[in-house]
Amino acid sequence: MNEAILIAGMAAVTFAVRYPVLALLGKIELPPLVLRALRFVPPAVLTAIIVPAVLIPDGDHLNVGLANPYLAASIIAALVSWRSKSLLLTILVGMAAFFAWKFLFPA
Amino acid sequence: MPEYPSRRAEFWRGVRDTVPLEVGGIPFGIIFGAVAVSAGLSPAATLAMSAFVFAGSSQFIAAGLVGQHVAIPFIIITTFVVNLRHALYSATLGPHMRYLSQRWLIVLGFWLTDESFALVIARYNAPDDSPHKHWYMLGSEVSMYIMWFTCTLIGVIAGQAIPDASGWGLEFAMVVTFTGLVVPMLKDRPMVVAAVVAGITALLANGLENKLGLMLGALLGVAVGLVVESFSKPQPVAIIPDEEVAA
Repeated sequence: MNEAILIAGMAAVTFAVRYPVLALLGKIELPPLVLRALRFVPPAVLTAIIVPAVLIPDGDHLNVGLANPYLAASIIAALVSWRSKSLLLTILVGMAAFFAWKFLFPA
Repeated sequence: MPEYPSRRAEFWRGVRDTVPLEVGGIPFGIIFGAVAVSAGLSPAATLAMSAFVFAGSSQFIAAGLVGQHVAIPFIIITTFVVNLRHALYSATLGPHMRYLSQRWLIVLGFWLTDESFALVIARYNAPDDSPHKHWYMLGSEVSMYIMWFTCTLIGVIAGQAIPDASGWGLEFAMVVTFTGLVVPMLKDRPMVVAAVVAGITALLANGLENKLGLMLGALLGVAVGLVVESFSKPQPVAIIPDEEVAA
């Protein structure tokens, strides 16, 4: 793996979504459809990452049992987030639940 | 002529306001450093990623993809999709920053993160018309950058000292962080539908090569969210309230 190419590529595409829009907005307006679509990007991308990571923790096998620490802890984290809206509290409780589950249901 | 806070005062206020948000970022950065090294990235590449890419969630995912031996072009495309949300932040901040030089915009754009965006848009929307609000942004961003790089370094060192940390499931920190970011976003039906469609698609498409399921899920989620929004009655006027709307 050529790490320099990987990092240069990642840096380039990341800069390309941050800077040009910032610079151009003084001069041009983004089409309303693009702005509307962008609003859905964060929940869509993040959920597309979360769901397989939680339900297929080993990368191959679906695991919907309650002994699955990824599933149980992410449900608890979602409830904490919903009630508290606090990112920090969600992370702390979620991680604690995750390790508690791993301790209670060793694989 | 009203008195405005000095540039230096704005800068330090930006630094100070960012500290509480960094509490969540510190474990995230340390875990990223440790996970990236155990996934097979060299310590130098892990640090370079934090220095030059500076986008935590995409770095986490890239480390995971490196561990699964996904080809570089796919990792770069995935990074693009994951970081696309920054275009929304830039689009929201842009109108406030018309007066800045390109040099300022390049620097502030490079360092833009979820956390700094949340603070800075609130600063720009504050009723005072201080001409130094970009110094507040600079303070917040510099503070985030130093925290992120330092925590990555700590994580890299810890990851090398504890070689079997990869078996602990620490990557769950990413899942739980994203959960804490997503749930508050699900405020209306189109958002919920977008998330559900993205999640189910990514799950069903999990077997695809090169983690294409992630991209497929994200694209379908956005598309279906747009369609549902078009059919629901009240169109949201502003993406994020800004001063024109508030005024």
